[in-house]
Amino acid sequence: MSSTELRHTALDALHRSLGATMTDFAGWDMPLRYASEREEHVAVRTRAGLFDLSHMGEITVTGADAAALLNFALVGNIGSVGVGRARYTMICRADGGILDDLIVYRLAETEYMVVANASNAQVVLDALTERAAGFDAEVRDDRDAYALIAVQGPESPGILKSVTDADLDGLKYYAGLPGTVAGVPALIARTGYTGEDGFELFVKPEHAVALWEALTEAGAGVGLIPCGLSCRDTLRLEAGMPLYGHELTTALTPFDAGLGRVVKFEKDGDFVGREALTAAATRAGENPPRVLVGLVAEGRRVPRAGFPVVSGGRVIGEVTSGAPSPTLGRPVAMAYVDAAHAAPGTEGVGVDIRGSHEPYEVVALPFYKRQK
Amino acid sequence: MSNPQQLRYSKEHEWLSAAEDGVSTVGITEFAANALGDVVYAQLPEVGATVEAGETCGELESTKSVSDLYSPVSGEITAVNQDVVDDPSLVNSEPFEGGWLFRVRVTEEPGDLLSADEYTAQNAG
Repeated sequence: MSSTELRHTALDALHRSLGATMTDFAGWDMPLRYASEREEHVAVRTRAGLFDLSHMGEITVTGADAAALLNFALVGNIGSVGVGRARYTMICRADGGILDDLIVYRLAETEYMVVANASNAQVVLDALTERAAGFDAEVRDDRDAYALIAVQGPESPGILKSVTDADLDGLKYYAGLPGTVAGVPALIARTGYTGEDGFELFVKPEHAVALWEALTEAGAGVGLIPCGLSCRDTLRLEAGMPLYGHELTTALTPFDAGLGRVVKFEKDGDFVGREALTAAATRAGENPPRVLVGLVAEGRRVPRAGFPVVSGGRVIGEVTSGAPSPTLGRPVAMAYVDAAHAAPGTEGVGVDIRGSHEPYEVVALPFYKRQK
Repeated sequence: MSNPQQLRYSKEHEWLSAAEDGVSTVGITEFAANALGDVVYAQLPEVGATVEAGETCGELESTKSVSDLYSPVSGEITAVNQDVVDDPSLVNSEPFEGGWLFRVRVTEEPGDLLSADEYTAQNAG
């Protein structure tokens, strides 16, 4: 992306005034961390953290056939999502390869908001537009219509309650409702990518600074701090959540990624990828190629994406994401490994870290699950 | 961020103390520590090992990356900071003090070590 100008969110000046270390993420100049990414991680696990996620790609789908279009274009049963609810789903190619993972919010009977990863937003927009042919539905690029601020962590409900009259107690996980937060109109969603309770607030870009400042003030007494993308990555890794480009790629189907449950064959009508995914489901059930597992280090050297997973001197898999886990106090990784080595507790598995084979324990995902 | 005047610096962001009885202390600068982010693992040279100026003698790993550790001078390692091995975050919290990395009996030093002002200017540029 170095050849093109980096894009800046509505909160850019604020990040700089907070001393953020910025990074190029999918063409956006985003906060990587403000001070210590470990402190930011711990804040989200134990108190609350504030994130600018305005790089995420919003696409609005409206019209009488909006539900039918999304049922055809995506692998999930989007028509069954109630108004005010959200669904984690994927968009695949005809060959079953994953184009992106998405959250779809049903805002009204005939209005949906699709939230794509920044790196794939254009791909998703193009695919939805192409797949909309013949449907009475409009696909609208709303990437510039929203800023997205997330408040995540156990203190987040209390913080948000202090700046909104919206019924948060009635707002379930994976639900979204329009409301007013700190005096500005917002779509309030109880979603996140951290493994904690939390909220994502979609607002107009011109309201982002006021909202950020109000949340900062509301959370000051309970230890809320601004958090960057670095800790977002370690938080989602501990929670066993996949990241596109790492655990999910066009070379893999949802079944290969252990996420076959998002594919709904029983829904009405045909959908893009149905035939290939039917075959992929059978293959994954009978003879899985590789399986996504968790690895926990016995030592302290950190596995990174692309490092070989080894056993008995043989390569048996590959790390897709790895980082020191602040919660476990040891490095962890997600990796695709041969099915024979995928069972938790499998002996003799290691990661080749720059030539030295470091012992790792195979565990079930996730590494961390919050106590409810 | 200020770089202590009594230290000298390598272009690779190591600092070197003035020698006492021929032995200097080496660490990485606050600038380097900030660039790395939270250091989570430090692999330091063995006591007794010979190091060469400008060559790799260990590694520092942070949440996001791993960086080679260079020795700013040639010599023999006389001590390593076990506190940093046990708690690598010292590199971030006290880069010029408790976060020192190793001590080296200097046999040769390169001619291009920087003063504090020169090093500060390098990073500004």
